[in-house]
Amino acid sequence: MTVSIVVVSHSEKIADGAAELAAQMAPDVLILPAGGTSDGRIGTSLEKVMAALDQLSNGGGAVVLADLGSAVMTAESALDLVDNPADVVLADAPLVEGLVAAAVAAQGGGDVQAVKRAAEAVRGPARHPESTAVQEVAEGSVTGSGPDFTGDFELINEAGMHARPAAKIAGGLASLDAEVQVNGVDATSMTALMTLAAGKGSVLHIEAWGVDAERAVNYVGGLVQAGFGEP
Amino acid sequence: MVLDVTWTVKWLTLCAQAMAEHRVELIELDRAIGDSDHGENMDRGFQAVLDKLSESPPETPGAALKLTAMTLMSKVGGAAGPLYGTAFLRAATSLGDAAEIDPAAWAGALTAARDGIVARGKAELGDKTMVDAWTPAAEAAGKAAGNGSTDPLTVLVAAAEAAEAGAVATDPLVARKGRASYLGERSAGHRDPGAASTALLLRAAVKAAA
Repeated sequence: MTVSIVVVSHSEKIADGAAELAAQMAPDVLILPAGGTSDGRIGTSLEKVMAALDQLSNGGGAVVLADLGSAVMTAESALDLVDNPADVVLADAPLVEGLVAAAVAAQGGGDVQAVKRAAEAVRGPARHPESTAVQEVAEGSVTGSGPDFTGDFELINEAGMHARPAAKIAGGLASLDAEVQVNGVDATSMTALMTLAAGKGSVLHIEAWGVDAERAVNYVGGLVQAGFGEP
Repeated sequence: MVLDVTWTVKWLTLCAQAMAEHRVELIELDRAIGDSDHGENMDRGFQAVLDKLSESPPETPGAALKLTAMTLMSKVGGAAGPLYGTAFLRAATSLGDAAEIDPAAWAGALTAARDGIVARGKAELGDKTMVDAWTPAAEAAGKAAGNGSTDPLTVLVAAAEAAEAGAVATDPLVARKGRASYLGERSAGHRDPGAASTALLLRAAVKAAA
């Protein structure tokens, strides 16, 4: 069952727009906006949030994202009132980035906790463009536990690594039991992949640990070699 | 005086009246240190409460407070919605199905409301928020009820006076929670609008019993 997502914002336009943006990356995920008050003002409404939660009847659970202070309080109030509190969780994440990451994780088949973690992971330590180079210098150094499986693949699509390829990689990996890094960054984090800023011709170095390590490397390699289905 | 559902509905009606009367005053308090919507939001919220009360008249004080909670959470829009909503909801739960509110029950309801606000807003005493009015009110009501007072009015008055004093005491404080906290030191010298509206609501409870 796919996890659904509810977007609580002070502004109806923000909630609708963020849901629309995330839906582009996650066509099969139900993303319900609950923005603004019921009479169209700036603010949040318990009624709207409850109405969105009521629409979630598919049993896969839901992750709720909220923007500023009182949207969080309204979302928490709604969670106090739902019948199945274990299936509905609030993610503490920046609204837009968190929503996109959550949607991608849900699209990839992650459960409620995995989708929540994906949303919250975008708040991780800030990555600077230089850090990629640092990671490359570190490559080859002997570590205690080398990857179980690795692979190198050249990006052949014109646009290289951007949002949609990053979403495909991160989304697909969410359901595999493997820890995967691409050029040293977490491959299940769409935002981390995007910060690689890898263009056409760049080589992606994939390292994977865990039961599904081989499948994970083949999955990413397959996508890269197919140009992510892009020109 | 018996604090039954008739008293409760009268209280809520007087709350709506107080929010309408003090709308501009609350807007001005909020303009100084917030986003100037508190008076308007509270007025709109309590007008919606009046509509709900006449649409589906509640049978117990608890039911009236629950209806109020759900309406405020849906209609206020700003932070006061989930905060007052949670307060009224916790108070309703604390009262249960009882037909009347005795002094100990009123003190219990105020304490539950105060705890709900603290849980929801994560503010502490002295942060220059409505907690600074609710906390002394709940404590004063508890003390009055503990002194063996069987007259509900005594307990209502004790709570209202403590809330008013608590609201006045927010004037010199520097805000540590909510929109006003962005102002830092500049928030000192202004009364917290949420503490002010709390005092008005608890004063309305006295008027409903008078």
